[in-house]
Amino acid sequence: MNWLLDLTPDEWNAVRLSIKVATVAMLASLPPGILIALLLARGQFWGKTVLNGLVHLPLILPPVVTGYLLLLTFGRRGPAGAFLAEHFGIVFSFRWTGAALACGVMGFPLMVRAIRLSIEAVDRKMEAAAGTLGANPLWVFATITLPLILPGLIAGAILAFAKAMGEFGATITFVSNIPNETQTLPSAIYTFTQVPGGDEGALRLTLISIVISMAALVASEVLARRVGRRLDIE
Amino acid sequence: MSVLVDISHRLGGFAIDARFESAGRLTALFGASGSGKTTLIDMIAGLIRPDRGRIEVDGRVLVDTDAGIFVPKHKRRIGMVFQDARLFPHLSVAGNLRYGRWFTPPAERYADIDAVVDLLGIGPLMNRRPAKLSGGEKQRVAIGRALLASPRLLLMDEPLASLDEARKAEILPYVERLRDETKIPIVYVSHSVAEVARLASDVVMLAQGNVVASGPTEAVMQRLDLLPAEERGEGGAVLDTRVLHHDETFGMTVLGSAAGELRVPQLAMKAGTPVRIRIRARDVMIATEKPTGLSALNILPGTITAMSPGEGPAVEVGIDCNGATVLARITEQSRQALKLHLGGKVFAVIKTVSFDRANTGAGLPAEADG
Repeated sequence: MNWLLDLTPDEWNAVRLSIKVATVAMLASLPPGILIALLLARGQFWGKTVLNGLVHLPLILPPVVTGYLLLLTFGRRGPAGAFLAEHFGIVFSFRWTGAALACGVMGFPLMVRAIRLSIEAVDRKMEAAAGTLGANPLWVFATITLPLILPGLIAGAILAFAKAMGEFGATITFVSNIPNETQTLPSAIYTFTQVPGGDEGALRLTLISIVISMAALVASEVLARRVGRRLDIE
Repeated sequence: MSVLVDISHRLGGFAIDARFESAGRLTALFGASGSGKTTLIDMIAGLIRPDRGRIEVDGRVLVDTDAGIFVPKHKRRIGMVFQDARLFPHLSVAGNLRYGRWFTPPAERYADIDAVVDLLGIGPLMNRRPAKLSGGEKQRVAIGRALLASPRLLLMDEPLASLDEARKAEILPYVERLRDETKIPIVYVSHSVAEVARLASDVVMLAQGNVVASGPTEAVMQRLDLLPAEERGEGGAVLDTRVLHHDETFGMTVLGSAAGELRVPQLAMKAGTPVRIRIRARDVMIATEKPTGLSALNILPGTITAMSPGEGPAVEVGIDCNGATVLARITEQSRQALKLHLGGKVFAVIKTVSFDRANTGAGLPAEADG
């Protein structure tokens, strides 16, 4: 056990950074994830197929391609990157925020899929009933739809978190592999495997990776079951 | 209080073109399935937008397609009880009940939660989840939820249709109390003659998307020819009567009606209580002389005012008994044998035991008229 927890400062940083990046990526993609899932599940508009395709693109593109596209768009000289840096002081390139962006984008299709499925399963008659009781559409969403899709929301969030914990290709392409800034667990493991005598460190971080992922999975199961029991769908 | 509906609407291959106006305390939209009653009620609730037309509740215009008016459902303050209850599964019974109240402007909250819970007998259910309720309990909670939003009008879309007979019998008295003890006007969708005859003050009869008859229940329900085929056997006269006294010796109650005294199986109601009864046409026999040596206890003298062919060998005969019309379904053979003709003096004969729970219910209090 001591062997497992006896991490070097750099290794600790990689663990902490990974959790921070994955948490931020998950939380930041929840609001747009819900919105896009709603649009795809309920919207009737021109270009819905295109939007669906765009959302799923990171799932099928090589991660390196996604990372490179992010670099072109959100890099210092990229259109979005330059705009955000100039007006809001938000910089992505070679920062941990960039890692979070890359992880968020890569996990986005998984999150949207899970939420979309749960929205499609909602009985719209319940929402109509809430409307006749005086709730306007926003209140209906907040008090009926949102609680009913909570299990899907949790599942989607955990999937995005797990994906972020394991994201490697897009992250390393977009923000490189800088210890203490952008070196997440997978990057750190990769680095260990590239140097002589790094096996022990790689194995330690691998085991830690497994523990964190398992914990996230178990947490989601427990949460989803608790919510499910409360719902007791008729 | 009045409801005015005048709409036309097309749904796929089905066209609905209906106009009615009702100021009744409980107006039944009655017709076979597919006659358009649920579409109409959904339009009043704001769940469907009609292609063309106008809907007014109590003088307030909710829909006027010519003027471009369409009040969204959450601003109509019209309560709705759905056939499938639609209780929110993530809320307790108490949470469901309080839901609509929350969205009602405080100045317009007239419904009192204790009174409603008491009226519907749902006090013991407050902490339960909807999934743990029986069908009848769900429906009572759904009624309470709609009432507690303090609606101006209550719509009920076949609230009993998905329940078995025992559950129906459990809910019906609550609907009667709702009709008699609250001031909220009700529009009630049903395809059951028994329910409509028992509950409605007014009936709007629909067939293939059109209104074929409308008016007071006693008058509309006489149109046996308009009843949906599967309900025709249930059709008959609807009479508003009053308990005169009980005959404890034989376990009977004597009712007073315009047509004369009627003896029915004993009812647990005080003398003077109004009782609504339905006399199925198939339960009525006709005699040309006052019968003797007959077991039937109810023999009402009257005059034949209408005769029309019924289904198969049947003839439907309307008998005016001192102002109240009793309907009888007999065979053409009997009609000829008895030489029945319009204006002929006859006796309507009804067995006491033909009155069962399904066709005796609490009558509308007298002040309901008008």
